[in-house]
Amino acid sequence: MTDRHRIALTVNGRPCEAEVESRRLLVDFLREDLGLKGAHIGCEHGVCGTCTVLMNGESIRSCITLAVQANGSSILTVEGLAGDGRLHPLQEAFWDHQALQCGYCTPGMLLRAHELLQENPRPTAAQVRAAIASNLCRCTGYQFIVEAVLDAARRLEAGATGQGHEPAASRT
Amino acid sequence: MSVTHTTPTPERELRWVGKSIRRVEDPKFLTGRGGYVDDIVLPGMLHAAVLRSPHAHARIVRMDVEAPRRLPGVAAVVTGAEAAELCNPMPDFGPAPDKHVWRCLAVDKVRHVGEGVAVVVAESRYLAEDARDLIEVEYEPLPVVADPIAAMEPSAPLVHEALGSNVAYQRTFVFGEVERDFAEADLVVRDHLRWHRSGGQPLETVGAVADYDPATGMLTIHCNSLTFTHFLFMLANTLKVPANRLDVRPTPAGGSFGSKFWAVKVAAVAGMLAKKLGRPVKLIEDRVDNITSCDHHGSDRIYDVELAVMKDGTLRGIKFDVVDDYGAYIQFGTGTHGNSLAQCVGPYRIGSVQYAVRAVLTNKCQQGAHRGFGSEVTNWAIERMVDLAARELGMDPVEIRRRNFIRPDQFPYFIPSGNVYDSGNYEGVMDIALRLADYEHWRREQERLRREGRYIGIGVISCQERSVFSATEFWFWFDEPAAKVTSAPESVTLSVDPTGGITATLYSNAFWGNSSDTVVAQLVGEEFDVDPHSVNVVYSGSNRGLPATGPGGSRFTVMVAGAINGAAARIKEKARKVAGHVLEVDAEDLEWAEGGFRVRGAPDRRLSLAEIALQTYLFKHSLPDEIETGLEASKVYDHPYTTMPSDDRSNLGVFYPFVGNACHVPVIEVDPDTGAISYLRYVAVHDAGTMVNPRGLEGQIIGGTAHGIGTALFEEYVYDRDGQLLTTSYMDYLIPSAMEVPEVIVGHQETPSPFTVHGIKGGGEGGRMMTPAALSAAIDDALAPLGVRCTELPATPERIRRWIEEARARGGGTMSG
Repeated sequence: MTDRHRIALTVNGRPCEAEVESRRLLVDFLREDLGLKGAHIGCEHGVCGTCTVLMNGESIRSCITLAVQANGSSILTVEGLAGDGRLHPLQEAFWDHQALQCGYCTPGMLLRAHELLQENPRPTAAQVRAAIASNLCRCTGYQFIVEAVLDAARRLEAGATGQGHEPAASRT
Repeated sequence: MSVTHTTPTPERELRWVGKSIRRVEDPKFLTGRGGYVDDIVLPGMLHAAVLRSPHAHARIVRMDVEAPRRLPGVAAVVTGAEAAELCNPMPDFGPAPDKHVWRCLAVDKVRHVGEGVAVVVAESRYLAEDARDLIEVEYEPLPVVADPIAAMEPSAPLVHEALGSNVAYQRTFVFGEVERDFAEADLVVRDHLRWHRSGGQPLETVGAVADYDPATGMLTIHCNSLTFTHFLFMLANTLKVPANRLDVRPTPAGGSFGSKFWAVKVAAVAGMLAKKLGRPVKLIEDRVDNITSCDHHGSDRIYDVELAVMKDGTLRGIKFDVVDDYGAYIQFGTGTHGNSLAQCVGPYRIGSVQYAVRAVLTNKCQQGAHRGFGSEVTNWAIERMVDLAARELGMDPVEIRRRNFIRPDQFPYFIPSGNVYDSGNYEGVMDIALRLADYEHWRREQERLRREGRYIGIGVISCQERSVFSATEFWFWFDEPAAKVTSAPESVTLSVDPTGGITATLYSNAFWGNSSDTVVAQLVGEEFDVDPHSVNVVYSGSNRGLPATGPGGSRFTVMVAGAINGAAARIKEKARKVAGHVLEVDAEDLEWAEGGFRVRGAPDRRLSLAEIALQTYLFKHSLPDEIETGLEASKVYDHPYTTMPSDDRSNLGVFYPFVGNACHVPVIEVDPDTGAISYLRYVAVHDAGTMVNPRGLEGQIIGGTAHGIGTALFEEYVYDRDGQLLTTSYMDYLIPSAMEVPEVIVGHQETPSPFTVHGIKGGGEGGRMMTPAALSAAIDDALAPLGVRCTELPATPERIRRWIEEARARGGGTMSG
């Protein structure tokens, strides 16, 4: 294949350059070329939202986005959400509220919630529900996710900046 | 015959069981480090893609694979015929497997849309799919049988010629004095009910990464979908490797809902390719693969049910006549009807049962497991009939249930099929639900709003949630079964390191989203007085592994609790001897307290588990001769309560004994113009015995309810008359989003099982096992003024509109407002 393109983008704050086939999907680029396994593949036709990442702050479906479309952009994946080994308040809240079961939709759900809270730092439960309806979760019935997002909004408003617990910390 | 009455843990306050601790497995999932099967990358790994049949039923006349084989980057193209040389048929637990041979790829003919016919292996998935497009297949279409009733006609085209019929199995069981009860009944209500097929549809599909070492002959398969490790020798036979050279290593499953219970085809194809090529091969289903050919479409049943009732509402007997469309293969036989028979009288004192089942083969994807494994359909059928009886008798749905519940003093209660219900308080559960739902208030509101022309409906149902099957339900169908398998164990190894740190090794593919690691950590914490978050939970491959059955049938928590309890007792027995020796007291004078052994009456004289462990690792020759170095113990925990079926099958024995109960009360509004449903309230009260992690169980209940809403209102694998599957994407197969599910008000009752450690029962399926019945009742209730009855699921807006129009045509009720 000669059909290759150079792309330059920022992924989780780090500059990144690569040569990719024009048909290469962004999700495969992230997972296979960069080793960022947090973006999961669910339906491969843009419905379930499992592959959600943020491009320039906006959620996109990386399974129906080409890597070349990300040229010049800034991508945030779940790996970029936690800083310095500490969980982001959204991740903390998801953990506290058991807002995940199998964990497969969780990275996409976290990023969608992150986008929501950037736009609307004090959403109502109904607004959270409407926002996360873009992403399917087969396990939880969404209720604890809604609770977690509302709680994360409160934590962020109270000044939490991602300086949560270390992931292995024990708490009941 | 074995009945083990597990003595409940001695009366003491439970420290960790019953606490909603944060899940120990979550940090990896929250940070994108889940370690799912598709995350695995091995050196030199190739990627596979399967070519699938576009025909429901066709002969494969010719296949040309030369062009794809020449494509650069392609390592191999294997046709179905070649696969049949490389592999034996698939493990098949159905009746007469030699007459409906199931292979990892189709050989002479295809039997459903999506059946694999060839597989390509290449340097990347992209190249594999490029090459797949170059395969030329000439098919000769055959007459299609897509309707299970038509499939039973003698003239119907045969899905498997060798079987001579499309009816793979049929039998009528009679339990108790059915004819007497029907003859004496004041009223017999009858209905025809249709439950269409849906499926687990986890967001992660089935996948496998296989790795073969030609030097050792070892075949390793990393896989998200194989439990039943003591049956993996059958997969070894399929792959033509010695059973002791196969190692299946579990990865976390991104959801299962039954569909990864035993999904063996993907592992078999990957294993076949790795063995052929001597290189690692990854095969991950895409969504179309999974929807069309995942091995685990759910029940697809047509019922004629009759319920014999007395004027006072007493339920006497029930007759089921079920035709179940199993699709093209019948890998588990009629095990899904075993689940039905485990709780075929619901929570009621129904004295007799007739159960006729016909398992029919058609040109569709095969049936397997779907959260409830067939018992959820029976729950729906029973509750539909109880509601019909109530309507005929003019009784309140609450009252008819109250009158017929098995009473708390009647447990353990043997139902007519022979299974036992271990414990329960069904009226207690219903009363909590009615209180949480504010039932009387909503009855008044319903009345008021009806006058405004609004259609409010309240559903009240009470159903069973059987848990922890034993192996007998897979063979009691036959008078002369091929193998009377009786074992379905779960195992654990507990290892205490020299610092007192505890590692729990699990042997099945236990993580499906069901918090297996957390449950294990809490149970270990309970045994040893340690913080669950300090417990290391790891998974063993099947090679060198102990036998383990996995989480299917809501088994895991109950079974692993037994295994942990047993292994912990062995560790404590050894630790007691060591502590007695070191403290120079009789071991019998020691008691376990606060994470160590102390001398009774002299609590200052104690050794912690860490101190004891260090002794066992480093000071063997200072200890009594019988003490071996190290502190580790395993326990293979067999099913604690199984009895054998009678020879004449008038009694099937105890095979699914830990039986929870739940009451769901939805309050909904139906828009008769659009058929749309909105929720005013949704209450779910469950009794799953002693809860280990209440928040975790609530998550299962709420998630199961959402899943059940999908089953009740949206989800259906729709096949047309030509056997074409019309719902091959999530645009057509509709999984509920956050906007389609209500806020669920959850309540609990804890009636411990007398037969399990801590009194735990399974609780992972109950949500979905209740919701279809509850919403059907609520729809009926809402549209009662129009004379509508919900007899077919999913109750899509189109179907609800159709029922309204049919009711109008019958002249039943008038629209108001």
